[in-house]
Amino acid sequence: MIIFIMDIALFLTGFYALLMKRNLIKKVIGFGIMEYAVNLFLILVGYRKGAEAPILSGKITDVLFVDPLPQALILTSIVIGLGVTALMVALCIRLYQRYGTFDIAEIRRLRG
Amino acid sequence: MFEFYAVMTFMLIGAVIAVFIRGLLSSVIAVGAVGLGLCVMFLFLKAPDLAITQLVVEILMLIILIRATIGRGVSRIHRRSSVWIGASFILFSGVFILAAYAALKEIPVFGQALMRVSDFYIKNALGKTGAANIVTSVILDFRAYDTLGEATVLFTSVIGVLALMRKKGRKKTDERDEPDR
Amino acid sequence: MNGMSLIVKRVTRYTVGLILLYGLYIVLHGHLTPGGGFAGGVIIALSFIHFVLAFGREEARKSVPERLLFLGESLGAIFFLAIGLLGITAGFFFLNFIAGAGTPFRLFSAGTIPFCNIAIGIKVGTGLFSIFIALSVFKLAREEGKK
Repeated sequence: MIIFIMDIALFLTGFYALLMKRNLIKKVIGFGIMEYAVNLFLILVGYRKGAEAPILSGKITDVLFVDPLPQALILTSIVIGLGVTALMVALCIRLYQRYGTFDIAEIRRLRG
Repeated sequence: MFEFYAVMTFMLIGAVIAVFIRGLLSSVIAVGAVGLGLCVMFLFLKAPDLAITQLVVEILMLIILIRATIGRGVSRIHRRSSVWIGASFILFSGVFILAAYAALKEIPVFGQALMRVSDFYIKNALGKTGAANIVTSVILDFRAYDTLGEATVLFTSVIGVLALMRKKGRKKTDERDEPDR
Repeated sequence: MNGMSLIVKRVTRYTVGLILLYGLYIVLHGHLTPGGGFAGGVIIALSFIHFVLAFGREEARKSVPERLLFLGESLGAIFFLAIGLLGITAGFFFLNFIAGAGTPFRLFSAGTIPFCNIAIGIKVGTGLFSIFIALSVFKLAREEGKK
């Protein structure tokens, strides 16, 4: 149970960076840390003690396997996270070209 | 069980460094360390597909983040955020901790997963599809519709990036772009 | 974007082919060993990015034309959708209709799964490489004493 609590602490660290930091790149970093915490939580729920990786081979039969369903779902989630982060970084680069800064309060002031 | 706690502690220390350090390049490197720690954690949790995918996606994410932060070394922002944002952070994390406490009483103890749906997938993977990798047979045969949705999301993000970075046509590589006021 | 020094260029000539071969291996053996289409596609994109980073943008532009990238990404998506729609005539969607051919634990087994892996590998690889090219065309002006 302690490992779930450590995972929630990782999520709250990323959430702190997303809300309280004024630099746009720090917000993107906080979002990335939150995504790591959520992916890790779903794989932690599906773990079984003393089991093997879910790949069959011809020789060994009748072993315990870990849960393959959360692994399949998190596999797509990791690649989607990469696409979303690339889009956020493209937005940050455009904002820097337009306003000259990464500070979000400065951008709001310059927009008028 | 000791190795789980060791890698989780490493990830927590790396995340705290990434959030609180002043330089942008240092915090990007710390996020890279957290991602690689997650890859090692996936290996300990017996998920080799995820470990390979997480490793290469982490490398690509580091390349993209370093592209955005090169040349802009230290974030010289000294003033703090307003009080309202701090209050809303405390409120939302309080709600989250209450919900997490209620949820942690329901899920099974770490190490004994209830596998109600996955028993069907494990028993019938070799018979119905002929694949030896059970995770591949789940994402490409039993639940292939989700993979179609994921391919669509990736396609949309590529179109979004290409549409954003294309202002007044493409420039040659030797022209510098000025921020316009 | 300029290229790197001479030593990096000489070593890159040998490692680009090895990384591309490794990515193709992971894509093709996705139904036997861990990996699959997504991880293999990202490794293929990384081999192209390795080439662009070592040799510079101008020389890479001569080797990899851009029309090929957009064509590759769209063809990957259409190929994956076409494999799924082939089962419409029998009333199913995404049916694995050649699941019985071939022996298990060999390269030719598991029906349509290797073809789906190849389509996804092409799509993810060319898509991520074109994201990298789009993000590196513009050079940003440096901070000029602001703040």
